[in-house]
Amino acid sequence: MSNSVLEISKLRKSFDTELVLEDISIKVPEHTATVFIGASGSGKSTLLRCINLLEPIDDGVIKLDGEEITDVEINPDEVRRKIGMVFQAFNLFPHMSVLENIILAPMRVKGSSRDQAVDQAESLLKRFGLLDKANQYPDRLSGGQQQRVAIIRSLALNPRLLLLDEITSSLDPVLVNEVLKTVRDLKAEGMTMVLATHEMGFAKQVADEVCFLKDGRILEWGTPDQILNKPQERQTQEFLKQVNEAGRL
Amino acid sequence: MKNEASRGDSASQFNGENSQSKYDFGGKWQPSELELARRAARAKRNKRSAIIAALSSFFVLGGLAVIAVTSPGWKLLSDTFFKWAYGVEVLPKILLGFITNITLTTIATICVAFFGLSIALVRTSKAPALTPFRILATVYVDVFRGIPMLLVILLVGFGVPALQIQGLTNNVLILGLTAVIITYTAYVAEVIRSGILSIHPSQRAAARSLGLNYVQTMRHVILPQAFRRVTPPLLNDLVALIKDTGLVSILGVTDAVRAAQIASSRSFNYTPYVMAAIVFLLITIPLTRFTDRTLRKSIEQQNAQGLA
Repeated sequence: MSNSVLEISKLRKSFDTELVLEDISIKVPEHTATVFIGASGSGKSTLLRCINLLEPIDDGVIKLDGEEITDVEINPDEVRRKIGMVFQAFNLFPHMSVLENIILAPMRVKGSSRDQAVDQAESLLKRFGLLDKANQYPDRLSGGQQQRVAIIRSLALNPRLLLLDEITSSLDPVLVNEVLKTVRDLKAEGMTMVLATHEMGFAKQVADEVCFLKDGRILEWGTPDQILNKPQERQTQEFLKQVNEAGRL
Repeated sequence: MKNEASRGDSASQFNGENSQSKYDFGGKWQPSELELARRAARAKRNKRSAIIAALSSFFVLGGLAVIAVTSPGWKLLSDTFFKWAYGVEVLPKILLGFITNITLTTIATICVAFFGLSIALVRTSKAPALTPFRILATVYVDVFRGIPMLLVILLVGFGVPALQIQGLTNNVLILGLTAVIITYTAYVAEVIRSGILSIHPSQRAAARSLGLNYVQTMRHVILPQAFRRVTPPLLNDLVALIKDTGLVSILGVTDAVRAAQIASSRSFNYTPYVMAAIVFLLITIPLTRFTDRTLRKSIEQQNAQGLA
């Protein structure tokens, strides 16, 4: 078994009186993708935010490359440098051009020179076919282009792990494909990823492991084939049936 | 910013990409008969509207002017308030006083911007070490936003010299300036704070997830957006500040208002006040127009972002 990039054990998280995540334990080996599926409100997004230390947890341990990042003595800013995150609503900085969005973190966090950062950003943009948009502002791009820029922005610090939070949920079906292709390319290059998604077809293509989240617990997990084609749990079957009827399988 | 001019038509930009190869938009399209007829009808209607507006304005405004000028009190009124020869005579003194207003405004603006931003940052920060400052800032803003500025001017302008503390100035100009700064810092701190709070938390989350720390997130992500959003209300406060510098005349500072008061009390004629008013308007009206334009642009920009 190769080393786990991410290892979570017995994670628990609540908001006030509401229990959002309970007894979450997963291992994400290097170069693999773990996909979380489940209804809205099942805790997918909260889990990703917990991994990135954007949300404090109630209990449990999160390890990145074997190092416990939930240790109180750890500086969260340094942990987040090693973890890229892409959001459902892109969250690009509207007052900065595409290029400025991408070079911000390398310059401020890693201390790269502007030339260095620009070189790196331009080679990333070129790789994903967006070089001609470098000097555009986000509001001039289509949703799919914005999301691809957001992915590039999260790659600029060469993260160990990429968290993708329903990154196609606010895109129309035509634009979804270009974003999913980008993610497939990253997977092929060996990026380790944790995803939350409603795109079951995509989950099948990209996932090494699929976890079905129900009311804050991992109800069922396994290979994409096991979970998406031959689910054992009745609630997983029902969820997949509903997704199927909505036409997204 | 660089693309300011091209921001306006972002909606039309999206459609272009895929369709350009298929349709030739540049080419030989001629408006149809129907469209030409529509255009002619529209032009005719617009012309009629313009004529109606002009006639209506002429009769209503002209009528009001005639009523005013022919009324029995008009002579007395114009002698009291609009004696232009006298007005021109006292104008240099008023302008000299107005330099004081401008100076006060300039210094106050710089100080208020600095202190206002500091207080807004203290109030929005969650750092435990800043807790006492946060409490002080809250009390300060509550107090000075809630009392008339005239009261602050009187308290500082007459109260501070009464303390007879050595080393503290008795210069009414400086004391008046201090009172203005104290009051406007409270206003501006609240405007900036509301701007900071209006930036969606997802922007902060995105910045923090990139590894930026609190200060970097504020400086590079939150504040630039917040300032863009609060520029119109801040410009409003600037217009108000220019006017309110006239209040320090109560301490005996010879500003435009005070100069007009002196000239007026010497002649029992109120034209100097009107002249002072005109001098203020020459600055404030263009600035108000500029503010309106900035506000319109800022709304357009936010709407464009909403689309995406």
